[in-house]
Amino acid sequence: MDKLTNDRIFGRLQQQFGDQVQFIGEPYGLMTIAASKEVIIDLLFFLKLDEELRFNFLTDITAAHYPTQEHPFDVVYHVHNMVQRIRLRIKVSIGGEIPTIPTATVVWKGANWMERETYDFYGIHFEGHPDLRRILNMDDLDVFPMRKEYPLEDPNRVDKKDFYFGR
Amino acid sequence: MSTPITKITPNQPVFFDNDPQEELITLNIGPTHPATHGVFQNVVQIDGERIVSGVSTIGYIHRAFEKIAEHRAFYQITPLTDRLNYCSSPINNMGWHMTVEKLLNIEIPKRVQYMRVIVMELARIADHIICNGILGVDTGAFSGFLYLMQEREFIYEIYEEICGARLTTNIGRIGGFERDFNDIAFAKINEFVNRFPAVLDEFEELFVRNRIFIERTSGVAAVTPEQALEYSWSGPILRATGVDYDVRISDPYCSYEEFDFEVPVGTTGDVYDRFMVRNDEMRQSMRIIRQALDKIDKEPKNIFHADVPEFYLPPKEQVYNNMEALIYHFKIVMGEWETPKSEVYHAVEGANGELGFYLINDGGRTPYRLHFRRPSFVNYQMFASMSAGMLLSDAIINMSSLNVIAGELDA
Repeated sequence: MDKLTNDRIFGRLQQQFGDQVQFIGEPYGLMTIAASKEVIIDLLFFLKLDEELRFNFLTDITAAHYPTQEHPFDVVYHVHNMVQRIRLRIKVSIGGEIPTIPTATVVWKGANWMERETYDFYGIHFEGHPDLRRILNMDDLDVFPMRKEYPLEDPNRVDKKDFYFGR
Repeated sequence: MSTPITKITPNQPVFFDNDPQEELITLNIGPTHPATHGVFQNVVQIDGERIVSGVSTIGYIHRAFEKIAEHRAFYQITPLTDRLNYCSSPINNMGWHMTVEKLLNIEIPKRVQYMRVIVMELARIADHIICNGILGVDTGAFSGFLYLMQEREFIYEIYEEICGARLTTNIGRIGGFERDFNDIAFAKINEFVNRFPAVLDEFEELFVRNRIFIERTSGVAAVTPEQALEYSWSGPILRATGVDYDVRISDPYCSYEEFDFEVPVGTTGDVYDRFMVRNDEMRQSMRIIRQALDKIDKEPKNIFHADVPEFYLPPKEQVYNNMEALIYHFKIVMGEWETPKSEVYHAVEGANGELGFYLINDGGRTPYRLHFRRPSFVNYQMFASMSAGMLLSDAIINMSSLNVIAGELDA
């Protein structure tokens, strides 16, 4: 079996999905590609089931928030080919009032809690997720705390005002 | 179902004429149940002693580390990682240091890498001691646990010699260690290497052919490799199913590729296999530590950090007496250095599996985004669904053998 290279992987993906996947970079050897949310599930299925690529392991799903961008949320998938020891990072930029993306639980069952965590902290709705509830925060929290506009400490707190400390 | 009894006379035993087995009982296990060793809540429906379905509720000790990390300089994040898997904090610390070093392209001297390997393998042993000891307690054998606790205490003494702390170690710095291992530390590591194998053998002998232990664990919560990979399991519990995935082999960091060791795997993925895999991993860790000690002897002495004045705090006496050092000190503490705008994912083999750090850096003094890929969190999600159909007591054993650490679960 030939050693897979990043070029080869990207070639295969481009052949399959055309413009829907784009090359972002190779920071520290880990190829990062951008995909559109329309093809992301097909892409994950292709990566998992293709005879040559065999990215059989879902390492992680998370998100990042860029408030100034047109599509402020990046959903980031890390997948891993255990046989050839290659990792791949896939980013999907989404936006909108309620950012939505199809769920990856149909590809890997292990995506369940990763997506719940991402929903909990960023408010990203994973369409078709079997159990999309908050996971680490309390159920009646009405904000998504990892968004950049949410401050680290509650600005309405009155017990930390300067005058209590003679300042 | 028959009509419910409406009239209950005080001080009279209540008899139901319907079959109690017919109804399911909803039982709350946790959040602070003594059998679960941590803050875990599972609401299970039980039919007699058999679990029909369950729902896990987590997050009771969530401390928003990822949010806090976005407001802290790199060197201030190490203490946060301590509190993820607090049974093996040094692995988390080292994982974070190596993530930052990878981002900054810092090359670490070989001696420092070997020192790190020693500390990480000691931490792995300490963590496996807890897990296997507790597994013994849960099956009714307290003595093995107490016997091994003594060795864990000794590992903590080694930590004390190296960094002064025991549980939440904050061990090492970005670029190396804050000080060299002293002679007592080396002596203690040597002593540990010499005496632990016999203790481990004796501990294992208590369990391996013990009928009670075998009947409680063998065939319990067996998981196939396909299921385990589907749920993104990693670490000893994945290897117990027969998949030889170990980050130390597949993505070597910290010079692990130079070491000669084996990856123990199981066959059935049940609790017994997980126990055996962890025991064998402790043996392999001992092998690695021995090799690391030999390798350190061949390296030049007194090197305990990389030469990166921009990121490694200078010694205090120089800060007070030397202008350069003072500038470096302030620049580091105030976070004034340029860092590359990039992203890095670095994984280490934590005691429970692949511990990943996904760091997005925008060049500022704090990470733009830091995500911890916590093995306990990923491993634990199968627990509720795999408990269905299991005896309640087996589910408790299963939970012990998953070695879910609440701090790592909830971040």
